[in-house]
Amino acid sequence: MKNRKFSKKVIKYFVSIILFILSVIPFWILAVNATRSTEQIQQGFSMIPSHFMSFNYEVLTGRGFGFYRGFANSLFISTSFTLVVLYFSAMTAYALVVYEFKGKKVIFSIIAFVLMVPAQLSLIGFYKMMLNAGLTDSYIPLILPGLASPATVFFMRQYLLSSFPVTLVQAARIDGASELSIFHKIGLPLMKPGLATMGIFTFVGSWNNLIVPLMLISTEDKYTLPMLVQLLKADIYRTEYGSIYLGVAMTILPLVLVYAAFSKFIIAGVALGGVKE
Amino acid sequence: MEITKSKKKRKAGIANYSKYGQMFIIPFIVGFLLFQLYPIIYTITLSFTDLAGWETELNFIGFKNYIHILHNDHFLQALKNTWIIWGMNFIPQLLVALILAKWFTDNAVKIKGEGLFKAIFYLPNIITAASLAILFNSLFGFPHGPVNQILIHFNVIQEPFEFFRSKPGTRIIVAFIQFWRWYGSTFIILCAGIMGINPSLFEAAKIDGASDWKIFSNITLPLLKPITLYILITSLVGGMQMFDIPFLLTGGGPDYAVETGMIYVYNQAFTGNRNFYMSATASVVLLVIIMVFSAIIYYVMNRDKRKVSR
Repeated sequence: MKNRKFSKKVIKYFVSIILFILSVIPFWILAVNATRSTEQIQQGFSMIPSHFMSFNYEVLTGRGFGFYRGFANSLFISTSFTLVVLYFSAMTAYALVVYEFKGKKVIFSIIAFVLMVPAQLSLIGFYKMMLNAGLTDSYIPLILPGLASPATVFFMRQYLLSSFPVTLVQAARIDGASELSIFHKIGLPLMKPGLATMGIFTFVGSWNNLIVPLMLISTEDKYTLPMLVQLLKADIYRTEYGSIYLGVAMTILPLVLVYAAFSKFIIAGVALGGVKE
Repeated sequence: MEITKSKKKRKAGIANYSKYGQMFIIPFIVGFLLFQLYPIIYTITLSFTDLAGWETELNFIGFKNYIHILHNDHFLQALKNTWIIWGMNFIPQLLVALILAKWFTDNAVKIKGEGLFKAIFYLPNIITAASLAILFNSLFGFPHGPVNQILIHFNVIQEPFEFFRSKPGTRIIVAFIQFWRWYGSTFIILCAGIMGINPSLFEAAKIDGASDWKIFSNITLPLLKPITLYILITSLVGGMQMFDIPFLLTGGGPDYAVETGMIYVYNQAFTGNRNFYMSATASVVLLVIIMVFSAIIYYVMNRDKRKVSR
């Protein structure tokens, strides 16, 4: 009996460690090869870093890989988008929980329904609409759609229903506060933990988005990081393996750092996503 | 004037706040109408026209596009590819995640470093898919990619293998990347689901002498059904829209082996003649497929649930 338990344990650890390695090894090879010269990479496989990183960096940036520009663009878009999503989703969810009004049920059923509609499949209409409005090559279509984020509203509504003391709102009214300032001073602060969870997923989703900016943005100065990555496949880098690895590594690094800081929080959020259904 | 107003307010009670509720949801409604409803309706509209290139006038041609696209081998191949790649990724993903979730929630044999394992299994999910595509393109590169070097080193193959010239090879790589990105997420969701099951159920079964496997298949699995349904539908919806990885890995090749429905949509609208009408039609077909299959899955799984409860 004890033996069986032990061998079970061994199998569990064995499989888990294999998967662990599988998750990490592509990034390890990436980091190592980012420091190796193209000749070294061609000659053979290695798990030990070399010292060609600055050389790779020069080749990479010398051929127009505008990492910092792309990083700044992505940061601006994702931050703006996330703020728009959080503020207006919080406002909508707050309205759905705190107020009684005509059409409330209809709005909520629309939100629940739209949750199921795959957004990418309306992209052609979205693109044509932006083309007609003269908004291609602009960040507006990447940020403003954050006004309506059904998933965030849905989540925040559940969050408020389970934790929001509506009596606080009534007390503030007696004190003569306006409805909007009650939302700002009582509603938003109480929603902070829920907003943080949704915020990080919204941010990462926007940061990683490829197809929407790919359709809309044409000026290279305005490229986001995921768009910039595709330049590494272009002919100018064809034989510069070291630089390609370094370029990919640089685009991945910011996310790895964010993840290192917030992984516990993010994993708790992932678990929540499944349970709420 | 002032007095009558405040009197009215008092009379109406709660109701007079309702206008604030309506005001607060205006931004959402505007955003929803402009950026979600309108684009969908517009996409459906475009699928009934022959709009292409830089034309601006809509010329309605009825169902022609639909008849055409359902006989278009290229599009049908893209649909088939999407399903093949999704299936090749989803089935192992769910199995591995289930096994891991069972192991990691088993209190009898605790796994140390549970938090670290979870964090690492989930790591690939958060990394930009575009970057991962370029990374795997380099890892499986020919002839000097690390995978080729390792396989030759261990004498698995004698000559470097050109993965991206092989149709099954490329499909397996795309499916593997999808598996690799998503099994961690599925695993974490299943863990949360298992931990949400009332522990007294497990205890009672154990006292009755049920084996580990019996408990898993007779208690855990049936109770996980709603969460599995959630995973299945979100994975299907996401999988049918797969784009980034195959698009940047090989652009859909070789010989359209990993050209997905979404790549077809993109290529029709943004390369060559800019055939928006084909692109829009393909989008609507994909949309219908997703809706129909989500509904079928939902129906089938709930019908089973009803049977069990009886």
